[in-house]
Amino acid sequence: MGLKIVTESPSQNANVVAECLRSWNPKAVAEVIEFRGETTIVVPRELLRAAAERCREDAKLQYSLLSDATCVDRYPSEPRFELDYHLVSIPRRERVRLRVWLSDGDPAVDSLVPVWPGANWLEREVFDLFGIRFTGHPDLRRILLPDDWEGYPLRRDYPVEGFRDVPNTGELFRKSSTP
Amino acid sequence: MTTVETAIGTAKTMVLNMGPQHPATHGVLRILLELDGETVVKAIPDLGYLHTGIEKSCEDKTYSQVITLTDRMDYLNPLGNNLVYCLAVEKLLGLEVPKRAQYIRVMMVELQRISSHLVWLGTHAIDLGAMSVFLYCFREREEILKIFEMFAGQRMMTSYIRIGGLALDPPAGWRSAVDRFLKMMPSSVDEYETLLTENRIWIGRTKGIGYVSPEDAVALSITGPMLRAAGVAYDNRKAFPYSSYEEFNFDVPTRRESDCYARYLVRVAEMRESLKIVRQAVDKITDEGPIKAEAPGIIPPQREKMKTEMEALIYHFKIFTEGFSPAPGEAFVAVESPRGELGCFVASDGSPKPLRVHFRAPSYVNLQALPKLIEGQLISDVIACIGTTDIVLGEVDR
Repeated sequence: MGLKIVTESPSQNANVVAECLRSWNPKAVAEVIEFRGETTIVVPRELLRAAAERCREDAKLQYSLLSDATCVDRYPSEPRFELDYHLVSIPRRERVRLRVWLSDGDPAVDSLVPVWPGANWLEREVFDLFGIRFTGHPDLRRILLPDDWEGYPLRRDYPVEGFRDVPNTGELFRKSSTP
Repeated sequence: MTTVETAIGTAKTMVLNMGPQHPATHGVLRILLELDGETVVKAIPDLGYLHTGIEKSCEDKTYSQVITLTDRMDYLNPLGNNLVYCLAVEKLLGLEVPKRAQYIRVMMVELQRISSHLVWLGTHAIDLGAMSVFLYCFREREEILKIFEMFAGQRMMTSYIRIGGLALDPPAGWRSAVDRFLKMMPSSVDEYETLLTENRIWIGRTKGIGYVSPEDAVALSITGPMLRAAGVAYDNRKAFPYSSYEEFNFDVPTRRESDCYARYLVRVAEMRESLKIVRQAVDKITDEGPIKAEAPGIIPPQREKMKTEMEALIYHFKIFTEGFSPAPGEAFVAVESPRGELGCFVASDGSPKPLRVHFRAPSYVNLQALPKLIEGQLISDVIACIGTTDIVLGEVDR
């Protein structure tokens, strides 16, 4: 099975969303990706909150429901963090994904809680597991892990063996498991 | 509000730790309640007691191995979890599943929806003091689990739905087993309703409790029966049909009251609708036909072929040692679980192991509305509100 990047032509919905955002701010759409029938709109980091507001308020879009927010760590490539918001328009029966790229040096972005209060726990989860800071988030605390946990486990460079409080156990484990 | 002298100074309210070991929190949920007498002033849910890092574990498994992990998230809906993950990987691969397998999937997840609602109804009723309903509900749930055991060999962690199809062909005699259940179940649902729907205590404990407006519900990303009880008819089976749901005839029950009682009515109505879907699915499933897609290198070959064909043996070996590699990209699929929109996001970097698997857990997202439901209500209403939010902590914490 050959591995190839599949390029698809943008769907009608992709054109509608991209056009709406572009007519509001020409810089709002960095890229439109269509893959397996899903539309991804890549938005510049500083325009995320305004673009999200646009998606919710615009009568042609009506993305009133925030379905999901998650992150992918593309370590070691840079920018490494890919932040994805999945939006649903209940009246139009359409979905779209808003994407922002964040670099390792400054993984921070405007929180979307002012736009969708439902983003609260979803962003806390991303903060907890990836260490992305959401500026303007009302309650940015760890949610799944204990408050005193060190590191962000879903990052790709987080050690997956050894014990945190005993130094170098990862090294010992590797030595003992090789005969 | 009266001021009370406490050991650390004067206080007007008291803080009560509800959970994590509290039977009415349905698992290990802890809620910090600030109380003024019996009224809840503030509520802060605290979770993570059941966090097992399933999403991280997925990154170190091949695509097929992840299925067994999905069973263990929402343990009242393992088939639904299997389904959403398999649909996401199939979308990533661009794989078409045979119609017969799609209908069997629909039948299984609808039976699962009924069984999940039965556990919900039973435990919710027992929380509010109706012991007998619990026993009746578990009696019928047992029948569904027997059907699952018949199909998959397991009662709960079935892993029956696999990438590209199903694990096994339906067993001999499955049709009569499902028929028997379909005959028995409608009268059982009537039975629960005679016990509860007009019960004065039940109405007193649930009517007008835990109101959330439809606008707030959408803004808070609430989905599932909770959203439909607020009058928003959003159901993934209708809005974004998957697994041939567009061929089935069923209604999406909604209510407008948006209180605990309305959520109860919506879920009971959903059980009846699910029975309709199961009936149609049974009629659609043919006795003969493929249950897996044709995709060498992705779907394990048949046993017989492995013994006679060289390629089949090689594929079998490669699938179970190395796995298969979808093209780089992402896929997000959402299905309607008994609790709401269950989403699965899979990202591939072209290697045999997923780069990222994320589950949009409906319990997790719905639970964040809990403070909104209970602030200003009585402490006894907290129990009713947690109950009708229908959380499964295995899914909340993952």
